[in-house]
Amino acid sequence: MSTWIARHVQALLGALGRLARMPLATVLTVVVIGVALAIPVALALVVQNARVATGDFRNAIDFTVHFKLGTPLARAEQLARKLRQRPGIDTVIVTPAAQALQEFRRNSGFGEALAALQDNPLPHHLLVRPLPEHSTPTEVESLRRYLTAWPEVDIVQLDSDWVRRFNAILDVLRRGLWGGMVVLGLGVLAVVGNTIRLEIQNRRAEIEVTKLVGGSNAFVRRPFLYTGVLYGLGGAGLAALLIWGGVEYLGQSVAALAAQYGSKFSLAGLTWRDTGTLVAIGAILGWFGALISTGRHLRRIEPRA
Amino acid sequence: MISFDNVSKRYPNRREALSNVSFSIGAGEMVFLTGRSGAGKSTVLKLIALLERPTRGTVMVNGTNTGTLPSRKIPAFRRQIGVVFQDHKLLMDRPVYDNVALPLIVADTPLREIDKRVRASLDQVGLRDKERALPSELSVGEQQRVGIARAVITKPRILIADEPTGNLDPELAMEIMRVFKRFQEVGVAVLVASHDTHLIDQFGQREIVLDDGTLLSAGIAVSGEPFRISATAPPMPELPNIEARR
Repeated sequence: MSTWIARHVQALLGALGRLARMPLATVLTVVVIGVALAIPVALALVVQNARVATGDFRNAIDFTVHFKLGTPLARAEQLARKLRQRPGIDTVIVTPAAQALQEFRRNSGFGEALAALQDNPLPHHLLVRPLPEHSTPTEVESLRRYLTAWPEVDIVQLDSDWVRRFNAILDVLRRGLWGGMVVLGLGVLAVVGNTIRLEIQNRRAEIEVTKLVGGSNAFVRRPFLYTGVLYGLGGAGLAALLIWGGVEYLGQSVAALAAQYGSKFSLAGLTWRDTGTLVAIGAILGWFGALISTGRHLRRIEPRA
Repeated sequence: MISFDNVSKRYPNRREALSNVSFSIGAGEMVFLTGRSGAGKSTVLKLIALLERPTRGTVMVNGTNTGTLPSRKIPAFRRQIGVVFQDHKLLMDRPVYDNVALPLIVADTPLREIDKRVRASLDQVGLRDKERALPSELSVGEQQRVGIARAVITKPRILIADEPTGNLDPELAMEIMRVFKRFQEVGVAVLVASHDTHLIDQFGQREIVLDDGTLLSAGIAVSGEPFRISATAPPMPELPNIEARR
């Protein structure tokens, strides 16, 4: 067992040494792998942050039902009770006109101007939230038609339309992201595979001698697999650094922009768990790329007398 | 240890390199394989080291039929045979020690054992003080001795050499042949391909003569008795321990 471990440590150190002896080629390969890994991860972070910034999709399906001016509050409350009995409704909140004015005065910054008004220009309104399982586009449209049909209702506002569209775009991006991950993952495999192929060619004489004295394919393959893993680890490490740098660089600007809209949103980067997953994926891709390359090319090298 | 029974070898798109060749070599025998260039000497060695498989006939090496041995078992098979080449086939960027240790490293031998055996092997060929040198820092004769040390480090029962003295002056050639003779004396079957008739005559060992892929003579055993073609190999001795001679 200790011999087995010693051989693996030897293969790992040998692979490290070879990479260190060709620093430029190593750095270039690691940069290519790093960028290929960073692109889909960055895109995933963009999608994730955009979702957080726009809030939960379920919260976005909120209707605001504005009653006509002069509609008595009692009638609004009666309609609210009726609405609560309709299937598929989660919450109905009644906001009297006086409360709405108070909130508007507090939040809008036009307090003094509003104080000059003799009458309250705002109507009573309802905040209606359907159950998540009844939030399909058809059901939402059906509910909108139902609310609009009330004679007391002036406007039915579905403020979340843009969020819905934005989330649809994010869904497309998310699907595209998977495709991009697969393509760039294949790119990493190709980069590692080609680098290992070149190294196998450069070390052809050594491989022949090793096989000549009884080295098995598994033995010959070992240092190349470690090289692949090291490339993958290096690339993933660089990708994590690029992402971290990007988040640091944009973080303050994004937070300042969000603050302009009264949001406390801040850009989220990779968690330690995400970083670990990225590094593991990098190592696995490197190992797999090397495995494919060695499987394909080592078999062709046989010792010659 | 080695037997060829009606062995033929035809390379792709080439003429027959060997044609119905039969001979046997026993344990502790030193045999010269001679013939002109292209006679088939290298092909015989390749068939023994399983670098090639016979087209027809049977090659038995150390009890193994090389024609039917599965590919996955070839590395283990090769570890039983020591091979010395005219061009040494050393790793020029590794020190002598690493070159000699390679057959043990590929066999996952414990490090302490490797250390002991590398030094013993280098002692055998008189290069103990050169273990840290790179092959390029050695003379051609010394490089050849490194090749021999590497070939014998696994304590093989069979040692084969392809023109091991081809690049050496007569004095160095004789020195290398004496090294082979020492291994033969401890029970190793040694087969040396050479066309240096002067050298062969000096050693007076059995000769297998090839010409254009056919066997001209399977030689006379050193005991003086004619060697029987396709004779059954004698019983195998215990694995020779080269270190025991130190």
